[in-house]
Amino acid sequence: MSVGAPRIDVTVAEVVQVNDLIKRFRFVRTDGGPMPTFSGGAHVVVDMDDHGTRRMNPYSLMSDPGDVSGYEISVRRDEAGRGGSLYMHRHVTPGMAMQISYPVNLFPADARAKKHLFLAGGIGITPFMSLMAQLQPMGQRFELHYAVRSLALGAYVDRLRDAYAERVHIYVDEKGEAIDLKSLLSTQPLGTHLYVCGPKGMIDWVKATATGMGWPKNTVHSEEFLAPPVGQPFQVELAASGKSIKVGAAQSILEAMEAAGVDAPYLCRGGACGQCETAVVRCDGHIHHHDHWLSDDEKASQTKIMPCVSRFEGKALVLDR
Amino acid sequence: MGFEFNTETFRNDFTFRNSPRAIARFPFPFDRDDYMYSVNMEPHVPGRPGSVFEHAFDVDEHYLAEMRDRDLVLKEDPLRCQSLPHMEMAGWDLLELIMESKARDYPDWFELHRQGNKWHWINKPMQIEQKFTFLDSSTLPYGPMEYITRQTQGDFTLQDQRDENLWIEAGMVTTQADWSLDFDIGMGFHEWHAPVPLAHEKGVFDRALKFLLKLQHGAPVRRFNWTMTVDPLLDTSPENYPKWGPTRAEITPENVGQRMHLRVELQTLWRLPRSNAIAFPIRCYLIKFDELVTQPKWARRLHRVVRDLHPDLAAYKGFLRNRDTMVAYLSQYDDGAPTSPGWWPED
Amino acid sequence: MTKTVFEKSIRSRPVYDELQPRPGTAHLCVADGEGAEAVCDLFAKAGTAAAEMLARSHIIYVPGPTGTDLFAKVQALGAAQCHRSPSFWAAEPRLRKVLADAHMGLQVYLAGTETLIGLAQRDVIEAGLPHDAVQTEHRGSLSRRVQCVHCKGITENVTTDPFTCSHCGLNLFVRDHYSRRLAAFQGVNIDAEDPGTVPPAVERFK
Repeated sequence: MSVGAPRIDVTVAEVVQVNDLIKRFRFVRTDGGPMPTFSGGAHVVVDMDDHGTRRMNPYSLMSDPGDVSGYEISVRRDEAGRGGSLYMHRHVTPGMAMQISYPVNLFPADARAKKHLFLAGGIGITPFMSLMAQLQPMGQRFELHYAVRSLALGAYVDRLRDAYAERVHIYVDEKGEAIDLKSLLSTQPLGTHLYVCGPKGMIDWVKATATGMGWPKNTVHSEEFLAPPVGQPFQVELAASGKSIKVGAAQSILEAMEAAGVDAPYLCRGGACGQCETAVVRCDGHIHHHDHWLSDDEKASQTKIMPCVSRFEGKALVLDR
Repeated sequence: MGFEFNTETFRNDFTFRNSPRAIARFPFPFDRDDYMYSVNMEPHVPGRPGSVFEHAFDVDEHYLAEMRDRDLVLKEDPLRCQSLPHMEMAGWDLLELIMESKARDYPDWFELHRQGNKWHWINKPMQIEQKFTFLDSSTLPYGPMEYITRQTQGDFTLQDQRDENLWIEAGMVTTQADWSLDFDIGMGFHEWHAPVPLAHEKGVFDRALKFLLKLQHGAPVRRFNWTMTVDPLLDTSPENYPKWGPTRAEITPENVGQRMHLRVELQTLWRLPRSNAIAFPIRCYLIKFDELVTQPKWARRLHRVVRDLHPDLAAYKGFLRNRDTMVAYLSQYDDGAPTSPGWWPED
Repeated sequence: MTKTVFEKSIRSRPVYDELQPRPGTAHLCVADGEGAEAVCDLFAKAGTAAAEMLARSHIIYVPGPTGTDLFAKVQALGAAQCHRSPSFWAAEPRLRKVLADAHMGLQVYLAGTETLIGLAQRDVIEAGLPHDAVQTEHRGSLSRRVQCVHCKGITENVTTDPFTCSHCGLNLFVRDHYSRRLAAFQGVNIDAEDPGTVPPAVERFK
C-alpha cells in the first residue's frame, strides 16, 4: 500500500496574521479543481521544503467542510519547536506551491451523540471550527467552551460569537476566568459526548475529571498532535532494509528513515493515529515513548515503537523496517 | 458500450446467462490452485480495459435485470434495506460517489449536473431523470442510500467508524451470500464476521480491521470473496433459506454443470468524506460451471480448489454435500497441466 | 448462586463480567431473578462507600423467568428508590423515564438472565450510552430470546435446541450469533435442505 495519504498539489491563496502568535493559511488546488469534502475534526499533513529539510506537520482543518473552494488552517508560532511552525510563519507566502495530504480524521464527532460538548484551549479551537460548521446545518445540538490566555490571543472569538451566539462560552485566563468543569459536566443529558483539544495539561484535567465523575471512556474524545521532541542523536539498525541510520537531535526516526530512502508508513506524524507502528527486533537500552497510541503495557515491553515521535537511548535498537 | 442489456431472470425460470463477452471478463477469484482466507486487499485502481476493474462501479449486461430483481426482493421484504438514523450523511456520501463515478465512467448512460446543491441526475438505461437538492432527503423518493443503490448493481453496506471499530449501520442487501442485514445491523466488525470459521483464529479480521480503520479517502481498495450457489439466484438470503435450501439436495452428475454456479463477490472499500464512514459495495457475479469450463485454466484451477478446500470452509460455503459431484464434473476438465499464476484466463 | 461459566463461543455472543462499583453521580440497577444477589454483592464490594452510593441509587427488580423472586433482598439494601415490577415489559416505561431524565455520570448495572440484560441494555443504548459503558453480570436461567430469521418473530424463554418457532412453526436451530439491537439470538431453519429431518431437541439452555 502507498505510504501516507494521497496528496494534493495546492497553491497558498491567502496568509492572514490573526494575532501575535497565529497565522491563518488558505490553500486552493493548483489545478483549479474543487478540494475533496471532509468531515469536521479532520486534519491535513502539510509538506514543507525548509531549505532542504523536509518537514511534514499535521494541522486541523478549520474551514467549513462543505466549502470545496479551499482549505484553511491556523498555525501557532512555536519558537522552541523544531521549525515547522516557524517555517510556515516566516517563509510561506501567497502564491507558493505546496503539497498537502488528503484529509484524515482522528477526531470525528460521534454521529449518534444526543449532544456534543466541545472544550477548547488556545490553538486547540481549530478542529471545533470545522466540526461546528458541519454540525450546525445538520441541526445537531452542541456548545463550545473556549479558554484563551487573553482576548487579544483569543483567535476567532468574535467570529464564533457571531456564528453561534449563546452556544459559545469564552473564558479569559488573564481576567481570572476558568471553566467550572465539575458543574458543567454534572448537568449534561445522557448521550452527551465530550471533546477536548488544547494543551496537554488541559486534556489530562478534562479526561481525569470526566472519568472521576463516571463518564464512560468512549464518550470522552481528545486530540493532541505532538511535535517530535528534540533529544540526543542515536543510531538505529533497520533489519528489513539492511540499513543503519543516524537519527539527529532535531530529527525523528521516521524522518531519518525517509532521508535514508526507506519507505515507512505514516499518517499523522504526531503520535496519534497508529499507522507508523513498528516492531522492535532488539532493544538494548531504553525507548522514550512519546505517542498516544501504544498501551502502557506495550510501551513497557519495548517491543513496539512509533517512529514519528519516539526516541531511543542506549546501545542498540533494531527495528523491523 | 459494445453490448446490450439482457432480458433475464434470477428466479422461477432462471433465464440468466452470461454472453461470451461476460464469460471472458468474469472475475475469476483464484490466483493460485488452492484457497485459504487472507486479507488480500489491493488498491482499487482502474484495471484492464473491458475487465470488471476498468471502472469504479462496473455496469454490465445484467444491469437492468438485476435492478428488476432488487425491486422484487424489496417489495417482498422491505427490511433488506435499512439505515440507522445517524447514517444519513454516509448515504449522501455514497450517492455522490456513485453518481460522480458513473457519470465520469459511462457518459453515454449517466449524467450528473450540479449547481451548488441543486443536482440533476439522468440514468438513461433505467429511464430515470431526477432533479433534487443534495443533503435534502425530502427531494428524493427514497433516502439517499436506497435511491442510488436501487440503480446500482451489488449489495452495499455503510460502516460508521468510532471507538477503534467499524459498525455496520446501514445497508442495501438483496444479493447476499446467506447473511441477514436485519439481524446484523448495529454490530461491530468482529461481531458481524463472528460466524465465519477459521479466519478469526488466523487473525484475518484483526488485521483487516486495523487496515480498514486507516483507509484513506481517495485511496479505495478491493478484494474478492466467493461461494457456490445452486441456480443463478441472487437472493440467497437466510430469510428465504427454507425456499432455496432444498435445491442443494437436487444436484446430480447430470445437472451440476447447468445448475451449480460459482458466485464471486468483488468487494471494494471506500472512505467517505463527509461522514468519515466506510462504504462497502459487494458486487456479485454468477457463472454456471458449464460456462466457466470454457476457460481451460479456470476449469483446471477450480477443480483443484474445490477438491482440496478445508471441509469447514466447504460447509460454511454450503457445498459440502455436493462437493464430490462438483469435483467429479470438474475433474473432466483438469488434465493435470500446470496453471499460470494470476486469475486472467489467457495468461 | 455464583457467576455463570460460559463455553468459549463466537465473537458476537455477549460476554458478562462481575458488577463492580464505579464512580458516578447516580447509579441505576436493573435485575431479575437471581440477579438480585449480584446487586447485593455489588453494594457489598462498595464497602464503606455503600451508604453514599445507595443514597444515589435506583433499583428496578423483576422476578426471574422460573419464578425466583428475591425482591426482599434488594429492598433491604435501602436504596433511594427500589421498585418491583411483575415483568420486564411492565418495568420498561419506568426504565425509559429514568434514562430520559438522567445525566452523564449515571452508572448502569444489569444483572440476571441474558434476556433481562439484553432488553435493558437496548433501552440504555437507545438513551445514548455506549453499550460497553453498561456493566452486566449473568445470574440464573440461561433460557434464550431467539429471533426466527425467516418470519422475524421472537420466541421467548427458549430452552431447547432445536425448537419450534412460536410464530411460523418452522424447526429452528439456535445459533450463538446475537443482535444487541434485537436483544435476541438467531434461529435458523434446521431442515430446509432435507424437510422433515429434524434431530431430537436437547435442553441446552436451562
